[in-house]
Amino acid sequence: MSTVLIRTTPRLRRKAPRAVAALAASGLIALSLSACGGATKSSTDKAASTAPAVTQSGSADPNAATKKGLTVAFLPKQVNNPYFNISDAGGNTALTALGESYKEVGTTSATDTAGQVSYVNTLTQQHVSAIAVSAQDPGALCTALKQAMSAGIKVVTYDSDTDPGCRQVFVSQASSEALGRSEVDLLGKELNYSGQIAILSAAQTATNQNAWIGFMQDELKKPQFANMKLVKIAYGNDDAQMSFQQTQGLLQQYPGLKGVISPTTVGIKAAAQYLDGSQYKGKVLLTGLGTPNDMRSYVQDGTVKAFELWDPGKLGQLAAYTAVALASGQISGGQGQTFTAGALGSFTIGAQGVVTLGAPTVFDSSNIGQFNF
Amino acid sequence: MAEAPETLSTQGLSAQGIGRRPALIGAVRWDTVVGALLVILIGVSFSTVGGFGNALNISFLIGNTLPVAAIALPMTMLVAAGEIDLSVGSTVGLSGAVMGALWNHGVNINAIIVICALLGVVCGLANALLVTRLGLPSLAVTIGTMALYRGVAQIVLGSNSVTDFPQNYLDFGSGRLGGSFLPTAVLPWLVLAALAVVVLHATGFGRSVFAVGASPEAAWYAGVRVKRVKLSLFVATGLISSLTGVFWVLHYASATYSNATGLELSVVAAVLLGGVDFDGGRGTLGGAIAGVFLLGTLQNVMSLADVSAQSQTVVTGVLLTVSVLGPRVARQVFARQARLQPMRGKS
Repeated sequence: MSTVLIRTTPRLRRKAPRAVAALAASGLIALSLSACGGATKSSTDKAASTAPAVTQSGSADPNAATKKGLTVAFLPKQVNNPYFNISDAGGNTALTALGESYKEVGTTSATDTAGQVSYVNTLTQQHVSAIAVSAQDPGALCTALKQAMSAGIKVVTYDSDTDPGCRQVFVSQASSEALGRSEVDLLGKELNYSGQIAILSAAQTATNQNAWIGFMQDELKKPQFANMKLVKIAYGNDDAQMSFQQTQGLLQQYPGLKGVISPTTVGIKAAAQYLDGSQYKGKVLLTGLGTPNDMRSYVQDGTVKAFELWDPGKLGQLAAYTAVALASGQISGGQGQTFTAGALGSFTIGAQGVVTLGAPTVFDSSNIGQFNF
Repeated sequence: MAEAPETLSTQGLSAQGIGRRPALIGAVRWDTVVGALLVILIGVSFSTVGGFGNALNISFLIGNTLPVAAIALPMTMLVAAGEIDLSVGSTVGLSGAVMGALWNHGVNINAIIVICALLGVVCGLANALLVTRLGLPSLAVTIGTMALYRGVAQIVLGSNSVTDFPQNYLDFGSGRLGGSFLPTAVLPWLVLAALAVVVLHATGFGRSVFAVGASPEAAWYAGVRVKRVKLSLFVATGLISSLTGVFWVLHYASATYSNATGLELSVVAAVLLGGVDFDGGRGTLGGAIAGVFLLGTLQNVMSLADVSAQSQTVVTGVLLTVSVLGPRVARQVFARQARLQPMRGKS
């Protein structure tokens, strides 16, 4: 406000002040002094390729007894997020069944990477037996997680992975391939394998979305989909309003559209909301990845017949069993090692230390009442 | 429109510079209180909180606090000059995004750091010109550029995350000096902090910063180049923010557009907690630095004590409210006492 008063004074307009230049220079000098020597991406790539690969699999004894008195800490992307509440509760269930201790810590924001790092550091200080973490960023946690592992703490990622060198095992919800292909199959069955379809994705750059869409496009090449045509991929940026508008745009642009796949929980909900209030309700079919609580009313009123997702509770359980198996020395993260995860059955570690929960769960009017998340 | 705040801050100037404080209570300054609280907190934590006192944890604490501590230096001056910059977190993110994108394109890392530094100067200059040339309030301007810089960062790097920076640079970002508890990156910060203290508290420029914050009009009549002072502070803030962006990327080994989301609030919270007056004209760097480390230590201790994230947010919020209200209420109480007992006040 007060700046208005001095706006017109002409003698304030002068060349750039020296103090700024001095600050700039000293800052740069300080920085370049402490990190000298130049490098480019290509030069470090060469150096990296000659460096020995990190060996993941130490010794593992599949018959080792399950240790008691372990503490497994869950560090979700965000605490108080309904999805992670379910998955971490699953972890708690599994740990209680095994007689181990469970704790959950985490940031209230899903993009507070620095906060996640500081929680990993805290857990390292507290000497927990294992950390099950859903990484907000694949690289940012690496230094902290490596520090935790060198302190003897076992590290499992679930739902969202880090770089493979920064954890022992990644517990994956479902393979990208299974998710992508099954969504096309689901919609194909509903449409009798004919008609125009569109995809409503999240951000154009989202890696998981694009991997799924890649498998969808590949699945559509199969002969039974000869009469089904993918006319457009729209992007709603995981924003409810934008996804709503994109759905509206799709239906205006393609009056013959028969089905929409939205492989994102925000997108499918917004699309269902639009269809529900429009003339296309029941005529244009919608499927994709959603949560039962979001989609319940649309399944009950017939806007959506079926959609899918993995069971986050089981994901958390599997993460807990994996952490306990690691801490007990039954597995070390090497490919081909097997372990038992209570009622979930037996699992085998795949390439790069990935354990997959299994095929996605399909929700429709017959079973949606059994799920609350 | 500008009448009311002018009068208020002129009063502030006289309270700081001309008028004498009541002898007893006036001797205790807010920034001294914050510093004492920090010392007490550290002392108590050493003896009672498990896992606090070892070298590893102290280095975590300092390393995680450094970004806030770095930006708090120019932010203190900016707030003392009656302005604010809310775009600092986005500038950190933009600097990191540009760093990642250029690295992916094979640019030499030293060149990248220089480019990022220049970028910060440009960001700060944009804020400065909007504030000084168009006479817009800095709160409004930097809320705008906060969104703008973050948006550009997203365009530059998309949702990629770049992690493969050279190891010796990553070591600088997360390494420690020898086997000690001091992060390597604390050295350049100490240099910057010393420089900032000298500039603000021992030079004519520093005095003009306080004068501008207390009353830009009075400062202008006294011959201070108000716009130039503000411009240089915004540019310095932009520069330090972008260098912090480089440090952030190296510290967390991750260049993403969302780096340091919400950092501006931590910085402003720490600066206000350190007793720097939101209306300008009053504050010390020592107080601000104590505020930064008080918040950082408190968060570290609360995490070690398994205080949930939600409760931590509440504690931080209460502290912030106290820090904004506390010095103000204290000043009013002092002022009233000074009026009631004028003789004692002059002793």
